[in-house]
Amino acid sequence: MEHGSFQDQTASTFSLADEDHTLANSLRFALNQDPRVTVCGYSIPHPADARVNIRVQTTGDPASEVFKDACQDLMLMCQHVRSTFDQVVADFKKTRELEGAEDRKTAQDLETMSIKD
Amino acid sequence: MPLVPIWDLPDVPKGELPPHLELQRTRVLCNSDAPIHTENVQYSGAYASMGVDNSVRLDQFRNNFKVEVIRLSEDEIEFDMIGIDAAIANAFRRILIAELPTMAIEKVLIANNTSVIQDEVLAHRLGLIPIKVDPRLFDYMSEIDEPNEKNTIVFKLHVRCKIGGRRLTVKSDELKWLPNGSEFPLSAEKSTSTSTSASNSNPKTYTSFRCSQDSLPEFSNDPIAPKHPDIIVAKLGSGQEIELEAHAVKGMGKTHAKWSPVATAWYRMLPEVELLQELEGEMAEKLVKKCPVNVFDIEDLGNGKKRATVARPRACTLCRECIREEGWDKYVALHRVKDHFIFTIESTGALSPEVLFTEAVKILEDKCERVITELS
Repeated sequence: MEHGSFQDQTASTFSLADEDHTLANSLRFALNQDPRVTVCGYSIPHPADARVNIRVQTTGDPASEVFKDACQDLMLMCQHVRSTFDQVVADFKKTRELEGAEDRKTAQDLETMSIKD
Repeated sequence: MPLVPIWDLPDVPKGELPPHLELQRTRVLCNSDAPIHTENVQYSGAYASMGVDNSVRLDQFRNNFKVEVIRLSEDEIEFDMIGIDAAIANAFRRILIAELPTMAIEKVLIANNTSVIQDEVLAHRLGLIPIKVDPRLFDYMSEIDEPNEKNTIVFKLHVRCKIGGRRLTVKSDELKWLPNGSEFPLSAEKSTSTSTSASNSNPKTYTSFRCSQDSLPEFSNDPIAPKHPDIIVAKLGSGQEIELEAHAVKGMGKTHAKWSPVATAWYRMLPEVELLQELEGEMAEKLVKKCPVNVFDIEDLGNGKKRATVARPRACTLCRECIREEGWDKYVALHRVKDHFIFTIESTGALSPEVLFTEAVKILEDKCERVITELS
């Protein structure tokens, strides 16, 4: 839900239901990284209501556009985090498997050597 | 003297921050009295007057972001996340704890309980038992939903200590999965009022499964059971008996911690230990003795000289014992790297820890997507 004015679209408050610090703080970060944003911040009006208000003021662009771009940016960042993490975990598992196989091999070699002895 | 803009002065190189500001921006300084510069400078124009752009563009983030797995086991992972803001790292942590679903026992139908442990305490203990099943295969059950094979897992527990027998310990492996749903019939008047058509041979029970869960391909080879078989549920004395049915449903850690998929998920910033002066001989040995976690080592320089080195900075707990004594902060500086997180996830067993993390990231993505669709 957006609270703004028709005359001045550069400043708006976005009220998100069923959200908390998790999303609001991340979005505040994403918004602050955008050079078009002059001021942004969030508040939780009452701890018993599951709702956050995010205030965005911009240098001239419509606040809703900037806010949407911030969401988009955050989503792309998450996608990058996920793909990087999956890649790294897969690599880690593969190298561990290889090392495990090598360890077993050396252990076997040692065994056969000791049998020969 | 001609007027020179401040950014053209030789000690303020253009396009980058002077070293003391760069240190404040990227490090938390852990001084002997208190840590300072703990805040993150997020605003893109924070250093505009110095000609430095503080915004992080997406491609810049992509180039700098790094992950390194330190250790990975069946239910624990430790990894380093480098080049990300605390806001987002914390969002992942919060989602892991409170917003990832699992299955946990929510309703307990107690037919008989003559043990010393009260019904409600017993039900609570059962709720906290982690169940090894992938929650992604199940749906949430709302208040209007009938319990069926897509949203409920039913367990039976029937133990009896025979009269004159030794005291019995009931453990979580006594919870037997009922793939066909509840075996307790609904009381007569209720069953006739709810379903007159179902007057066939099968009496109406507390669940309405359309098929057996073990006929589903995802469970046929992998029967559902508690993750640990040896959790003590109750103790029975001679002649005591417990007979109950436990219904597990899907839920989130927000509602109750029993649904949290992690034992804990936490991060710490990478500690950085810097020796500001060379410490030799007796001083070096003093320093090594000061540290309770053995961060420092002594290096032999030959001809009887010894020098202190920082051997294991990662082990540093920032206890600040090394700089507590008067004057020692001249020799050692302790920092934390603000964008380097050592993330640890301990899973309770429903999902492996690496899967939990990817699921958490997906949830944050979904939240963003929801906001975008709601606005447009």
